[in-house]
Amino acid sequence: MLAYIIRRALYVIPVVFGVALITFVLFNVVGWDAASQMLGKHASKEEIVALQKELGLAGPKWLNWQAARQEGWTKLFDSQWFFYCKQIVTFDFGRSFASNQKISTLMLNGMMPSLVLAVPIFVIEIVLSVAIALLAAYYRNTWFDRGIVILFVIGLSVSYLVYILVGQYVLGYRLQLFPIWGFESVRYLILPVAIGVISGLGAEVRFFRTVMLDEMYQDYVRTAFAKGASQRTVLFKHVLKNAMIPVLTNVILTIPFLYTGNLLLETFFGIPGLGYLAVEAINSTDYPVIKATVMIGSILYVFASLATDICYALVDPRIKLR
Amino acid sequence: MSTAVLHAAVTQTPEAPSTLWQIAWRQIRRNRMAMICLGVIAFYACVAVYAESVYWYYRVKQEQPPYKAVEFNNRFATPSLRHPLGTDALGRDVFLQVIQGTRIAFEVGILTSIIAIPIAVILGALAGYFGRRIDDFIVWLYTVFDSVPYLLFILAVAMVVGKGLVGVCIGIGLTTWVGLCRLLRGEYLKHRDRQYVLAARSLGVGDFAIIFRHILPNVFHLIIISFSLRFPGAILTEVILSYLGVGVQGEPSWGIMISDAKIRLWQGHWYELVAATIAMFFIVLAFNLFGDALRDALDPKLRTAEAKTA
Repeated sequence: MLAYIIRRALYVIPVVFGVALITFVLFNVVGWDAASQMLGKHASKEEIVALQKELGLAGPKWLNWQAARQEGWTKLFDSQWFFYCKQIVTFDFGRSFASNQKISTLMLNGMMPSLVLAVPIFVIEIVLSVAIALLAAYYRNTWFDRGIVILFVIGLSVSYLVYILVGQYVLGYRLQLFPIWGFESVRYLILPVAIGVISGLGAEVRFFRTVMLDEMYQDYVRTAFAKGASQRTVLFKHVLKNAMIPVLTNVILTIPFLYTGNLLLETFFGIPGLGYLAVEAINSTDYPVIKATVMIGSILYVFASLATDICYALVDPRIKLR
Repeated sequence: MSTAVLHAAVTQTPEAPSTLWQIAWRQIRRNRMAMICLGVIAFYACVAVYAESVYWYYRVKQEQPPYKAVEFNNRFATPSLRHPLGTDALGRDVFLQVIQGTRIAFEVGILTSIIAIPIAVILGALAGYFGRRIDDFIVWLYTVFDSVPYLLFILAVAMVVGKGLVGVCIGIGLTTWVGLCRLLRGEYLKHRDRQYVLAARSLGVGDFAIIFRHILPNVFHLIIISFSLRFPGAILTEVILSYLGVGVQGEPSWGIMISDAKIRLWQGHWYELVAATIAMFFIVLAFNLFGDALRDALDPKLRTAEAKTA
């Protein structure tokens, strides 16, 4: 298993490299003329060139052949691509254009509020959806089961934005139950967490229910029933354990959605996390911050997926054989 | 036995066995819920075609279309005969805007599919069929694409390509091919060693003919299911992008209506929000339910999930 884990961990390197490559292609190769857009119409040529240099947008894209020929081969790597790689390795993305703060500081400050919001949503959602799916599987083909399916498909079809708007308006403004804006105490987190959980629940419950029902067809379930195990034992002892594998897979699929979902929650509730930072950056065309957020978000996801795969190996003994 | 008898036996086959599609259609037709959903989708499609023709009519004539007509002294009107769903903050008719929103929803759904599905099919097929290096490369490629948080990726693409419908569609298209690609890769991996493929290969059929003419029809149902399930996703994503300000510009999409209604809700004007939400709700619900029914009908392996167990 150790070999598997090491192999899986090493796979992170090409993936991070790939992410760096596509963000680079997106921002530097295809990219728009960020410097002149940020400075506005009346910027002089010198200002634009200076900013381009600061953003790492000046000079050749991949390899600096010209400088290499003139000043020796070490200058070959004096290009936009290697500048960007250096930024990633040293975790130094320069300064925000809007606030002139260091981006790495902004990121680290944003990490805490983001996690405080994301982790409860994540945990509550998974526990609730597995519980509801188990109940639905237990009462399969009854009105309870069908009702749950219909309810959650309906919930799935409403826009995320509407949940937030209506939640804020009804619970926050009309009933005055929760504060709407800010990040000061736990009370400020209840409403966004609740909205996050409710809006994400539909897809999860539907998927987990299918997984559990799929498991009900396996031979081991028939065997368990045949030897006289009760409905409850089969469901909780046999099915739940086996269903954990697809459940785990799905958990990892939720992580990026969580990040992006929080983007909206954070902007609506004024929680100063990474999502808030990203949206602010987009509104003010803060090029270096957008680039850094995309990159950091991707790296977080890569490591989350690594963690899940390792859990996988721990949960599922069959993986050892591979 | 003479050849004549054999020939007769062959030609006498009473009727062609029903294909997967015929069986699926029969099963879907029996599913009342699915047929209702299909009706809803057809209705919305008609509305979208109508809205498209209105849009082009006024665009060719270079006149201001009625859904953009501003009646400044008739703002926030309550529903009446002239304005069935009232008017918005600029006195524009909400009903006409909802109809135009249908057009944009369909455009987003169809354009993203046109971008995403070919990428998914080609890459998935190549990876699954050829394996080895090509497979490693494509798996790496989709792992990378999958790693970038999709909303941020779409936003970045939209910033680069330019705000508006095209940027949104390219963004959504480039991020949503991964799921289908992964699925098709698995299917091709299974199919490439099946007997019909071996038979075709031993007859000297080329690799690309096998991939697209022999295997593709056998996995085509997955593409159709994926299409019907991606449609609602694209519509919902467009709403969020419009709120973030990179969505469709200058045209009334549901997303723009909902995000516009954000401020007006606090003033107690909820018609716009509710109208756009309900219009969107039914089409998304119909696609979700119909996609599920389609999956049950077309994918016999999954059908067991809905059947009765011990």
